[in-house]
Amino acid sequence: MTAKADQSPNEGSQFFRKLFKNKLALIGLVFVLLMICMALFAPLLAQYDPNEMNIQQALLSPGTKGHLLGTDSYGRDLLSRIIYGSRISLIVGIGAVLVGGAIGIFLGLVAGYFGGFIDSLIMRFMDALSAFPFILLAITLMTVLDTGLMNVIVAIGVGNIPGFARMVRGQVLSVKEEEYIEVTKSLGAKQWRIIFQHILPNCLTPIIVYATMNVAGAIISEAALSFLGLGIQPPTASWGNILKEGKDFLVVSPHIAVLSGLAILFSVLGLNLFGDGLRDALDPKTKL
Amino acid sequence: MKAEEPLLSVEHLSVEFISGKEKLRAVEDVSFFLKKGEVLGIVGESGSGKSVAVTSILKLLPSNGQLAAGKIYYKNQDLADFSEKQMRKIRGNEISMIFQDPMTSLNPVFTVENQLVEAILLHQKVKKSKARELAVQLLEVVGIKDAKQRIKLYPHEFSGGMRQRVMIAMAISSNPSLIIADEPTTALDVTVQAQILNLLKQLQEKANTSMILITHDLEVVADMADQILIMYAGQIVESASAETIFKNPLHPYTKLLIRSIPAANKKSGKLPVIEGNVPALKDIPKGTCRFANRIPWIAEDEHEQDPKLREVEEDHFVRCTCYQHFHFKEE
Amino acid sequence: MLRYILRRILDLIPTLLFVAIIVFLVTRMIPGDPARVMLGPQASVTEINNLREKLGLNDSMGAQFIAFIRDLLHFDLGDSATYNRPVIDLIMERFPNTIVLTVFSLCISLIIGIFSGMISAVKKGTAWDYFFTIFSLVGVSMPVFWLGIMLVLFFSVNLGWFPATGIGSMDAGIVDYVRHLILPGVTLATIPMANFSRITRSSMLDVMGENYIKTARAKGVSGTLVVCKHALKNAMTPILTTIGMQISSMLGGAVLTETIFSWPGMGRLIVDAINKRDFVVVQGTVIFLAVLFVLINLIIDILYKVVNPKVSYVRGEK
Repeated sequence: MTAKADQSPNEGSQFFRKLFKNKLALIGLVFVLLMICMALFAPLLAQYDPNEMNIQQALLSPGTKGHLLGTDSYGRDLLSRIIYGSRISLIVGIGAVLVGGAIGIFLGLVAGYFGGFIDSLIMRFMDALSAFPFILLAITLMTVLDTGLMNVIVAIGVGNIPGFARMVRGQVLSVKEEEYIEVTKSLGAKQWRIIFQHILPNCLTPIIVYATMNVAGAIISEAALSFLGLGIQPPTASWGNILKEGKDFLVVSPHIAVLSGLAILFSVLGLNLFGDGLRDALDPKTKL
Repeated sequence: MKAEEPLLSVEHLSVEFISGKEKLRAVEDVSFFLKKGEVLGIVGESGSGKSVAVTSILKLLPSNGQLAAGKIYYKNQDLADFSEKQMRKIRGNEISMIFQDPMTSLNPVFTVENQLVEAILLHQKVKKSKARELAVQLLEVVGIKDAKQRIKLYPHEFSGGMRQRVMIAMAISSNPSLIIADEPTTALDVTVQAQILNLLKQLQEKANTSMILITHDLEVVADMADQILIMYAGQIVESASAETIFKNPLHPYTKLLIRSIPAANKKSGKLPVIEGNVPALKDIPKGTCRFANRIPWIAEDEHEQDPKLREVEEDHFVRCTCYQHFHFKEE
Repeated sequence: MLRYILRRILDLIPTLLFVAIIVFLVTRMIPGDPARVMLGPQASVTEINNLREKLGLNDSMGAQFIAFIRDLLHFDLGDSATYNRPVIDLIMERFPNTIVLTVFSLCISLIIGIFSGMISAVKKGTAWDYFFTIFSLVGVSMPVFWLGIMLVLFFSVNLGWFPATGIGSMDAGIVDYVRHLILPGVTLATIPMANFSRITRSSMLDVMGENYIKTARAKGVSGTLVVCKHALKNAMTPILTTIGMQISSMLGGAVLTETIFSWPGMGRLIVDAINKRDFVVVQGTVIFLAVLFVLINLIIDILYKVVNPKVSYVRGEK
């Protein structure tokens, strides 16, 4: 730990060298960047308005002139819908992790720093939250919150709280043991300053890795909710929505279900590969 | 077998490790032999290649290690040519091994009985009930009281010294001709160290077993070994009978090792340490005396180019000419 | 051991209480008047009021919560308005189907997961290792509901090997039953299988480097036996600890899998209840699954103690 400061100029470059040596992590990064580009430049990339219907051109197969990936049952261009769908996935994925992360990190810091009764109270509550299967919690919350993008983000975010809280609490407990925190404490620094200036930066590494993996989980959850009809409502293009519609035309036009699912699979795979690589590059000691 | 014929004769043994595209030599051109009932001490700091050399005798090298050259004659058969299946008949049966760390060398999820009985059944044609009896007897032989009850315990319920006794019991279970003890006392408390060494010595003398005793501490082999090899950075730097090594040490490394024996420094109370470390495999100097950088006060031209192991008197071998010019560093 | 079990059970009480509070609050927050939702738009004000009275919705929140806990302790999860039956009966009718599906998937995932992870570890760096590694990487990233649809498309629509939906009846013979079980079973098994494979691989690699493995080899134990006896039992510990987590995510995955394959289990019950706004059923099933999860974890913790005689195997302690 003490050696950390001396190596810091090297540490960054070493991190990138390790990360870029890992081929799987690079492939993951490529998938993630592709997805981000799709989301950012959707209006430029998509040839059509994702919601523009054209019943005469419904259920065209992939490769049809003008519609590279074919059309859906309303004659909407599938490629354009998948491109726009990446926006929903990315917003929900990142949003849910930000919501869950912020609350979880806060609770973990409080529980770890104060300990005692507050710690037990918070952690038993976290145990209770994680007793619900992740997707079930989101489903139940969606029945309460009603549909809408913000609500989907919150419903998925709640399930992310316990994981962050537990991880940060563990980190705080180990950082607290280290001497330099003791020194700052004796100098009379305010408790919150200790938490935010000294403890939190030390927990950042695992938080980043964990967050990357959780974005992947949140993307799947959003698709699952939309697939069940509880998430993003049609006609908004989201991968889960497209898949849900595709399921009804599985026999005539399997490409709708196949392609929307592949979009989900590759973005999630990308995030997981990249997350794995980040973890190995940042701290080879932490395991799954 | 005639009495003079060696039980084990290792000739020009070299071991390589593959690291990426590189091949690194951990052991280079090591030769020695061992007669029945003899004890050979191999001494060197960690990283000197002594453990690698002996694990290669049983062909238990990690997957990236390989025998690069040399012959390992055991009872006149070259083990280097043996298949894995043939080796399994040698391991634990003809040649057994005792490892450094008794804390981690026993499997934590099986009882002591299970592990001892397994060793017995592997090499002896006896019934399981008979093997259980033998196991209890073995524990008694190595000095574990209430063996009948304690044999049912898991390794973590034993102390370090006790676990090493279990390891020894396992090693002698098939009456091997050769026991290789790799730093058997390093991980133990000082008081326990002496007990374990005594036990080894007593068992070895009783059964007239040959033994290779590996250690970084010359003191450990002082009373036990007949012959001593001093190894540094993968090479033998000096070899002679135990008596000669202590009476007339020649190589600078041997001299420094002897000087760092605690008993020899009782008066001053301060232990002189040999400064520096054994070089990592990839940093071993080529074509020069490998020990040169540990004794920088000895002029460079007093070392030999590509130093050879030479017989300076009968059965006393030393590497490099620097020994003729060596003096301790002035404080 | 008994003391350990007792202590663990005592530890569960606050967690279970929180589970009850969460479910209670969430279901009270469902928008709209549950009584009105249940009775439909034609219901009169008196009818609605009578039902509200019967459901205790006119009492204070505190009184409602106490009544809720009291009923829970009597295994009374209330009555479903849409089914006109006690929720606990509905659960007991559906739950066996979910158990069959989950246990079947767990078995597939454990067998294939552990086996592939072992091969990966033993044959590290070979084509087998790469194959299983990629297989498990894709597996953990799999959206199961999509995989389910793809399996239906391929094996039911195109090949016609397995039925796409429904549950077989035992009357039609075991073969028919298993044929219905295969596709949902494989779908639900994918993620835990991939996780088990990854964990087994990394844990086997750790264990294979341990000193006691060297000891076993020095004794003359054969390579296969070293892997299957000495290494696997040690490597099992981290695998076992994740089984609880995997079962929890499988119960969640069952909701989606059952919806796709029209499998009449708990997941279908919940999704149907949500669509019908039958909040008593949602509340009952959710709390049932949460308590189930807590209990499964308790059992796993106890098993863990049995398998591993020394829970924390500390290196080099005196």
